[in-house]
Amino acid sequence: MSMLSLQNVSKQFGETRIIRDVSLDIEPGERHAIIGPNGAGKSTLFHLISGKYQPTAGKILFRDNEIQGKTPFAIARLGLARSFQVTNIFPRLSVFENIRCGLLWKEGFGYSFWHLLGRQKELNDKALALLVEIGLADRAEFPAGELAYAQQRALELGIAIASGAELIMLDEPVAGMSHSEAENAVALIRKITEGKTLVMVEHDMNIVFDVADRISVLVYGEIIASDTPAAIRANPRVQEAYLGEVPEAATDTSSGQNPEGVDGA
Amino acid sequence: MLEVFIFSTLNGLVTGLLLFMLASGLTLIFSMMGVLNFAHASFYMLGAYFAYSISLHLGFWMGLIFAPLIVGILGAVVERFALRRVHAHGHVAELVFTFGLAFLIEEAVQFFWGPDTKNYQSPDILDFPLFTLFGQEFSAYRGFMIAISVGIFIGLYYVLTRSRIGIIIQAAITHPHTVANLGHNVPFIFMGVFGVGTALAGVAGVIAGPVLTTFPGMAVVLGSIVFVIVVIGGLGSLGGAFIASLLIGLLQSYAIASNVGMPDLLNLVGLEFSRDHPLTDLWTLTLPQIAPILPFLLLVLVLIFRPTGIAGKREQ
Amino acid sequence: MKTLAKKSAIWLAYLGVLLGLPLLFDSILAITIFNQMAIAIIFALSYNMLLGQGGMLSFGHAVYFGLGGFMAVHTLVMIEYETVYFSIIYIPLIGGLIGLLAAVFIGSFSTHKAGTVFAMISLGIGELVAASSLIFVSFFGGEAGVNADRTYGPAFFGIEFFQDSEIYYLGAAWVFIATLFMYLFTQTPAGRMANAVRDNPERAEFIGYSARRVRFISFCAAGFFAGIAGGLFALNYEFITEENLNAVTSGRVLLMAYIGGLGYFIGPIIGAVILTLMNSLLSNYTELWMLYLGIMFVLTVLFLPRGFAGFIMMHRTAWIRGKLGSLLLPYLITGLPALVFAIAGVAMIEMLHHEGEVFHFLGIPLESANLSHWLMCTVLAAIAYLGCKRSLPQLREAWESANAIDEAGEEREAS
Ligand SMILES: Nc1ncnc2c1ncn2[C@@H]1O[C@H](COP(=O)(O)OP(=O)(O)OP(=O)(O)O)[C@@H](O)[C@H]1O
Ligand SMILES: [Mg+2]
Repeated sequence: MSMLSLQNVSKQFGETRIIRDVSLDIEPGERHAIIGPNGAGKSTLFHLISGKYQPTAGKILFRDNEIQGKTPFAIARLGLARSFQVTNIFPRLSVFENIRCGLLWKEGFGYSFWHLLGRQKELNDKALALLVEIGLADRAEFPAGELAYAQQRALELGIAIASGAELIMLDEPVAGMSHSEAENAVALIRKITEGKTLVMVEHDMNIVFDVADRISVLVYGEIIASDTPAAIRANPRVQEAYLGEVPEAATDTSSGQNPEGVDGA
Repeated sequence: MLEVFIFSTLNGLVTGLLLFMLASGLTLIFSMMGVLNFAHASFYMLGAYFAYSISLHLGFWMGLIFAPLIVGILGAVVERFALRRVHAHGHVAELVFTFGLAFLIEEAVQFFWGPDTKNYQSPDILDFPLFTLFGQEFSAYRGFMIAISVGIFIGLYYVLTRSRIGIIIQAAITHPHTVANLGHNVPFIFMGVFGVGTALAGVAGVIAGPVLTTFPGMAVVLGSIVFVIVVIGGLGSLGGAFIASLLIGLLQSYAIASNVGMPDLLNLVGLEFSRDHPLTDLWTLTLPQIAPILPFLLLVLVLIFRPTGIAGKREQ
Repeated sequence: MKTLAKKSAIWLAYLGVLLGLPLLFDSILAITIFNQMAIAIIFALSYNMLLGQGGMLSFGHAVYFGLGGFMAVHTLVMIEYETVYFSIIYIPLIGGLIGLLAAVFIGSFSTHKAGTVFAMISLGIGELVAASSLIFVSFFGGEAGVNADRTYGPAFFGIEFFQDSEIYYLGAAWVFIATLFMYLFTQTPAGRMANAVRDNPERAEFIGYSARRVRFISFCAAGFFAGIAGGLFALNYEFITEENLNAVTSGRVLLMAYIGGLGYFIGPIIGAVILTLMNSLLSNYTELWMLYLGIMFVLTVLFLPRGFAGFIMMHRTAWIRGKLGSLLLPYLITGLPALVFAIAGVAMIEMLHHEGEVFHFLGIPLESANLSHWLMCTVLAAIAYLGCKRSLPQLREAWESANAIDEAGEEREAS
């Protein structure tokens, strides 16, 4: 059983085909990176898997459940969590509340209006522990919208990983972070995804080749290669289409901040 | 039967076109600022009152010229000094502000003109029957209302689609930053559009005042219906607003003129109910009775089944 | 996070105020006003569950208040004829259940979206219900409304609720309970997720919550408490009319919540108190109180976007730093001319209103025909305006130094 399986998935916006017949299998426990030039459709692929968009054609299986056409919340409840390329947090809630909200469903609170959150010691301890891990413990009571950019990125990551989902999908998690912040974040990602499955979009090639077990290369909506890092490095098609630029791309951590971020709310 | 139909159609047309004059300004303002102006009908009311005051001294025609001007300037001032400021606090604040403004204008009108109905008259030269059909007269003033409305619609259409200004406005609505980069003063354009939109409402007030009576509640009466129209028509769509205006105008006019009610309907299927049944109000309902509800019923149904309205664009 | 003891103290103080008020002010007028306040507080708090906490701008919240109230009056009638027989202290609960029922029905389709669509549906439903209420005369009683008598049914520990003061204590009890439960709601997962959905409905869906369901729950709760307020209204006035479920009432509750401050739990309480006071006291002094209310509302939206509660909370930082005192003098220096300006303005408005007659304004006889009175007011207003303008920079400076950032990033406002 694969954790996630895409079968001939396509997505069209009007006439333009953004995702073309993508098939991909991701095994349990795998750390999978998706790379590709700007505008290749990586975020769109994430949106298709997580239910924000519906595929025009094809099937998406998550642990053998067909999830295409399901709502984002139904998919999230099955155990799929994701982060966003453009920061997508709850700006007026405190940092602590942001994390706690990320935990609520997994901890079984549902839509309860008979539990008092202040009394849920276990829940609150978990949220606090996670805050410490993402380095925001001293900002716990801050409104999330007033955090500095890098801190918001950390929070974005925190909300996604809070639920302890089986499959975690991160869209450029360290874009815009300083070198040391990015290092911390990567260490955290490694730790938190221990024993879980990770799918990550990242432009920083050092991180990609460091973290990933397998890499897929998406160019113009098509996966042109999906293999181990070593094989990807050696793949002539990839080199031609994309990796020719590795030396530059490796230092290019800011490219994720394209101002026209189509993933924005 | 035919005469009822023809006259209902004509009256519906008058109402519908009048509604469109309000709805067009509201739609323009919505496309521009993304916010529904609750006070729009209040500017319509101001138009009627200013025109009334002017007409007392200078006659109807001067009112028709100057009242919309004053209203438009007032609108521009409101945009420049208040709305722009509230804009920073988000859409809810804007909506709430215009809501408060509507409230304030109603109170101000009562303060300056008093709570009673004003005797605002249509001009004497238009006080003759335009034509007589089946023994019923259709007044020249109503014909004049139709002419003005259609004239404005054509003018607006022409300005927006053909003229340079119109093209800049349309571009400013969809791509404000690009237009600003091209060296146009976008805030000024917005202020202008707001002024023109409110002035259009003013014109509607000037010509509707003599027919629909000029009193402090006239904004409330029309206000929510105009809202209904721009929503049913599809927010931001002028064409949709036009169709919806006529639709609502005709619908109400037919409903009022018709004589059908639940009793007829029940008789038709061979049912009869005693008068003192607890649900008697329901069994004796007639179409003219529910005419005022129809627009709102339509609104709720449209919003549930087609939230983008008749001509609304794809959801974002 | 405050300690339990501190929180309990606040609630005890609230209870104390509720119970103690009629001892301090025991005139009939005062009791009448307190009763109105009680109703307004519950209603405004329930409204804030929608707008402040759930991000749903409603123009038709009076529907749930009114339907609850109408059913409550009809229940009172049934108690009178002994169709049903229970103490009238439970009447607000009947109102609440009807409000809930209506909210379940209407919320099932209206909470699909927030924003403009929700606002428009609420407007449409509000108009629809208000217009229908004039058609269905047997239930709503047409323009005259329906009335009842609250003194039937079994007495509650010997109390038969003949007097307004007895109703006051009943109302106070309901206010306390309703406030407590509405507060507790904000502390539950459903309440917290309502905030999350308000802030960012999209993200809420990706952490497992249906934004629509979350809104629906808040909507139902708001309908329930609005119905309770309606029931209390029915008990207090012993009648109810179409006006209590139409756009005027819906608008008034929006005003209360907004003026009080949407972002704070106590905001609507402050708003309810201010508006009730204006409504009952100001209307004794001037026929123009609605105009002043409108001016105040527009000014609040323009200059105090977080309402009165927000204005008070703005001073938290200064207070914590112990620098509140340094603001006192600058406030006085700017505030006094501002007050004079307002008074002169009001005097002129009143002069316009009382055209051709002498009237007393703050004990001074004024007359619109007297040019010197106009001159006096204009000069006063001009001087006050200048005084205000000149002293404003000083106030700003004092404000900035009182709130100056000591440690980077420490400065913030509570939300
Ligand atoms: N909702 C949409 N409607 C129309 N076109 C869209 C939409 N969303 C994305 N696109 C287009 O799809 C293409 C792929 O966008 P996507 O955001 O998936 O790229 P990406 O690989 O994530 O790029 P980046 O590295 O810059 O984040 C872009 O050309 C974009 O303009
Ligand atoms: Mg992307």
